Amino acid sequence: MEMIPLPQISVGAIAPELTLVAAAMIILMLEVFTISKGRDNLAYVALAAVGVAGYLVIESLGSPMTTFSKMYVVDDFSGFIKLVCLLGAGMTILMSVKYTRDEGIDGGEYYSLLLFATTGMFFMVSGADLITIFLGLETMSISLYALAGYARGRLASNEASIKYFILGALSSAFMLYGMSMIYGAAGVTNLHEIARIIGQNKENIHLVMLGGGLVLIGFAFKISAVPFHMWTPDVYQGAPTPITAFMSAGPKAAAFAAFIRVFSDALISLQYQWWIIVWILAVLTMTVGNLIALSQENIKRMFAYSSIAHAGYILVGFTAGGKLGESAMLFYLLIYTFMNIGAFAIVAIVGQQGEERTSVSDFAGLGYRHPLLGLAMVALLFSLAGIPPTAGFWGKYYLFTAALDQGYVWLAILAALNSVIAVFYYLRVIVVMYMREEKGESLPQNAFPASIVVVILVAIYGSVLLGITPGGYLALAASSSLAH
Amino acid sequence: MEMAIFLVMGALSVGFSLVMILARKPVTSAMSLVAVMFCLAVLFALQSAHLIAILQILVYAGAIMVLFLFVIMLLNLREKEGEESHTKGYGQIFGGAIAFTILIVAVGSTSMSGSPAGLSSDRFGTTAEVGKILFTKYILPFEITSVLLLAALVGAVALVKLRMR
Repeated sequence: MEMIPLPQISVGAIAPELTLVAAAMIILMLEVFTISKGRDNLAYVALAAVGVAGYLVIESLGSPMTTFSKMYVVDDFSGFIKLVCLLGAGMTILMSVKYTRDEGIDGGEYYSLLLFATTGMFFMVSGADLITIFLGLETMSISLYALAGYARGRLASNEASIKYFILGALSSAFMLYGMSMIYGAAGVTNLHEIARIIGQNKENIHLVMLGGGLVLIGFAFKISAVPFHMWTPDVYQGAPTPITAFMSAGPKAAAFAAFIRVFSDALISLQYQWWIIVWILAVLTMTVGNLIALSQENIKRMFAYSSIAHAGYILVGFTAGGKLGESAMLFYLLIYTFMNIGAFAIVAIVGQQGEERTSVSDFAGLGYRHPLLGLAMVALLFSLAGIPPTAGFWGKYYLFTAALDQGYVWLAILAALNSVIAVFYYLRVIVVMYMREEKGESLPQNAFPASIVVVILVAIYGSVLLGITPGGYLALAASSSLAH
Repeated sequence: MEMAIFLVMGALSVGFSLVMILARKPVTSAMSLVAVMFCLAVLFALQSAHLIAILQILVYAGAIMVLFLFVIMLLNLREKEGEESHTKGYGQIFGGAIAFTILIVAVGSTSMSGSPAGLSSDRFGTTAEVGKILFTKYILPFEITSVLLLAALVGAVALVKLRMR
């Protein structure tokens, strides 16, 4: 009998992922044994899992390690993004308590799919190998395809799911094809090894460039950069509102993280080829996103285009690169999670059962009928627009100064112009809320359960108070960047 | 000899792929896909990836294609479903031609010298060897795949199951 030597494996490194997967399966089992009324409690099981995973991630900060045959890496960069993903997942779960009850959705599969998606993001973020990154990406995407179509009674939700699925599968195919070319040229899938081999041997550089381009298309699709953004408005509009909130935060952060890791590690020797592409993507994404958002009547669609524009701002930081650019991106991803999910929580409250009130005019008079809710929305919209002293302002400030610091003056100017355009459509919602009186009915008393109030309070904390004292989080983002 | 088999099978797989995307009848497309799978299996065998070659036939040409045919049969697709696709194909042809040219240039400039990394051992590609590497070096991706499949299963069930209320 031949002995097979086992490689060094540290199971403790994947403890957060194991927690999430275990909780997802426990939830599936619990659903079978609980009566319909008790199924709201499954949300709190999921929330507890997110909390435990968060604790484990925080514990792992500061002690970087590579394990599983160098396929999995734990470092502060992955830790930071994982915390952003968990924040998004936690806020989404709290938002979903009321939504699942209103829409008659059985919680079990819903929450376990949310946890599976989060697990996928974790593997994507921690992947130090093309294979791990791709598998994480697929786990995340497949869970999201199902979640987007979860409101089966609504045609828009079915459309969102099928559109996301078909286009997502196509983009995955692009990415996989690109990865196979990089593998063909380098002969390895480990990111460090690829960087080393490409750096030494320039013979197959054309194949690597082609592969890198295809991988770039795959990532650009996931972060919905123009011109690969076509799916975003329809999917964001059709998907259940909590899922839209979820998709706009965690998956985007995870895709950006993997994007950074592949391009500033494996393909670093091609930096002078890809920065110009990312520059163009950033400008197109900001401009197209903001311009189309101006003319949207549906608020979820408007936020979809606004999230495209925000991806453009983050790409500005990516173009700048270096420690400054990366920490600005990380910081922005964090506060974007707070403010965007908070805004979607308010959209979900106003939308009510069946999501019938999702046009901008449904917000008319909201500021008078529900002063506190109106005030919260104003704060979040100010932060999204980047008006000082909110966190959104500081996030943009750091991104744009990072670009200036690296000499991308035009990029910074275009980005600043774009944030001025963006102010217009965010302010329009505020104008509708306060200046247009309509005889709309007040929201019913049960529209404000404690769970969703918590989400809004957390969002306000992240987007307003964080803006007054951004120091601590900014330092954390700076110490978490890959570049030194 | 190897080169001859490679050229014949390569040409056949390209040909059947073209038939697959151009055919009007869904069944023709599906059957050409089976043919493509067989050709690819032979190509894998030529690369001394025996296990992958067999899996290609068992899983793809066998199980998955049967599923495709079932779906086509159950949906009762007819020929006319595909008719409109031939009206404005110039954009696709143009785009495809550009992509093909870029691919040819990139592959053409690649040096094919040197032996592939894994071919050092005699047993490369055998079931034992693949199994060994799957459960040692690639244990993490292997486990992530099981999470991925579970998520896909749960998602599919959640989308199609009957609502109780």
